[in-house]
Amino acid sequence: MTTAAKPPTRRSGVYPAAARAGKLRRRHAVNALMAGLVGLAAVLATLPLVVVLFYLLKQGASSVQWHFFTNMPKPVGESGGGMANAIVGTLILIGTASLIGLPVGIGGGLYLAERRGSRLANTTRFLADVLNGLPSIVMGIFAWQFLVRPFGHFSAWAGGVALAAMMIPQVARTTEEIVRTVPVSLREAALALGYTRWRTSLTVVLRTATAGVVTGALVAIARIAGETAPLLFTAFGNQFWSTSLNQPIAALPLQIFTYAVSPYDDWHAQAWAGALVLIALILIISLVARVATRGRFATASD
Amino acid sequence: MPPGPSIASPTAQPSALTPLRDSPPPASLSMPPEMPLETPPVISSTGSRSTPAPAPPTEALRRVAPTTVTINTPAKPSAEPTGTPRLSVHGLSAFFGGSCAVRDVSVVLPDRFVTAIIGPSGCGKSTLLRCLNRMHETLPLARVEGQVMLDGQDIYGRAVNVTALRQHVGMVFQRPTPFPTMSIRDNVAAALLTASPRPSRARTDEIVERALRRTALWDEVKDRLRDSAVGLSGGQQQRLCIARALAIEPEVLLLDEPTASLDPLSTQKVEELVYELRRDMTVVIVTHNMQQAARVSDRTAFMLGGELVEVAPTTTLFTTPHDPRTEAYITGRFG
Repeated sequence: MTTAAKPPTRRSGVYPAAARAGKLRRRHAVNALMAGLVGLAAVLATLPLVVVLFYLLKQGASSVQWHFFTNMPKPVGESGGGMANAIVGTLILIGTASLIGLPVGIGGGLYLAERRGSRLANTTRFLADVLNGLPSIVMGIFAWQFLVRPFGHFSAWAGGVALAAMMIPQVARTTEEIVRTVPVSLREAALALGYTRWRTSLTVVLRTATAGVVTGALVAIARIAGETAPLLFTAFGNQFWSTSLNQPIAALPLQIFTYAVSPYDDWHAQAWAGALVLIALILIISLVARVATRGRFATASD
Repeated sequence: MPPGPSIASPTAQPSALTPLRDSPPPASLSMPPEMPLETPPVISSTGSRSTPAPAPPTEALRRVAPTTVTINTPAKPSAEPTGTPRLSVHGLSAFFGGSCAVRDVSVVLPDRFVTAIIGPSGCGKSTLLRCLNRMHETLPLARVEGQVMLDGQDIYGRAVNVTALRQHVGMVFQRPTPFPTMSIRDNVAAALLTASPRPSRARTDEIVERALRRTALWDEVKDRLRDSAVGLSGGQQQRLCIARALAIEPEVLLLDEPTASLDPLSTQKVEELVYELRRDMTVVIVTHNMQQAARVSDRTAFMLGGELVEVAPTTTLFTTPHDPRTEAYITGRFG
């Protein structure tokens, strides 16, 4: 009989109905448990950020007043001190690092993506990964050795270069990843129109990947904005107003460090305020980037 | 042994379709099912077929253009190439690393004709097409041997500027590839950026409008030229890509399964467009769809396993193929 020869399937009766119901219940239970665990992990992942923000607001908000942004640091005991020089210094350092780091990083990433098989690309990719894992203090030593020692003085330049050196491998790798997501068909369409390779890369491939590349660049900027170690013996910090690239320059992380390890309560309050401003700065950079890259075509391509 | 690839194909025989062609087309859409090769009524409406001419040669009816452009369109009494062809292929082989995708193909692609390349998947028809504007070599490990002559010059010659060549030999791909960051206008104008001297803004607008009109897209997009091209439908995107290729006035247009990802209505529009384009340029179209080849092409080449089996006027190839393999394919015995 053909029906008897038919192998029993799970659905058709290896398990009695009661056992099937039990199995189903068990599967529902396991599903609920796993969903709960994953949800918990998601909450835990964001918890540190929430706690840090909350604590910073609690500790620092009272010290963030108008004069904090406009005034220079004042000696211990005098009220009304600010971090104007450190805020401007950090912006200058970020600007210098971006001017050097972004073109090199994005250009390098484009090369890695467009000539992915070449020996130079493979070597560069490996070195970029090594550089990415390099402790930031080592970057500081490198910049000190080549940009501080020969000139005999600390400088904003040296700090900017140290930060740029930290940005480049990261920007290059994220750019490469984003550019690789641009479909080959677009590249071919451009080549078939008589575009040269470089024009295709710049005006079609990179432009298509702009949103992702900008996001990657801003993540890198946000990361270096809070770096302290590479600045310790390059930009060095400065208690006075200076915007010269040739002079030591103040920076928020350095100022926070100096104030936080001091024994004075009002300097501690200033350190909290500085940390809050630094976080706010990074947040603003991210938000500006979001708005800027939204563009007029972003919604259409979604 | 079946006869090898033939460059000089037999003259167009008056086929079984001849009487039907010479008579006025049926009034309705109800085409007899035994006429799969007939062009659909909508395409025939572009010609003057509705007014029955006094028994012209077989192909002439399909060839007659609307009166406004007759000056530009020399009458083609048959699907046989006459005069010197613009584009011809001589002993072309294409490789991916060690494997040979196209083997020793020689074929003439006559000017102002639509040549269709048909064949089963993987037969090398797309690769052959991509050799005609040197796009094949952009792929890793790709290699080409042989000659492709365009206006008497080997495009694989040493002095050839590849980017300039690709402006003379335009290409449209299987999937629409509008540049997502550019507006509709900028997409069409994309290739003009490489021209020197670069046309002025006003001149560019003119060229864009003309290209969009040629692809019957102008009325659909004229009010949103500044919008993203990604907002268009698939069929509109594909016609946009054709407009983009046409904007630089290529002499040859290569179409690589241009309707493979389109719905029937969009397919019809693209086919009508291809039919129109033959007035001005050499068109080579790769297609999976034999009916499409029959509808739009003057000559059809059949490829199998990287070799060119047969090339002949379309009606001949589909009615009285020379090679048994062609016959097996077009009658649906494989592929």
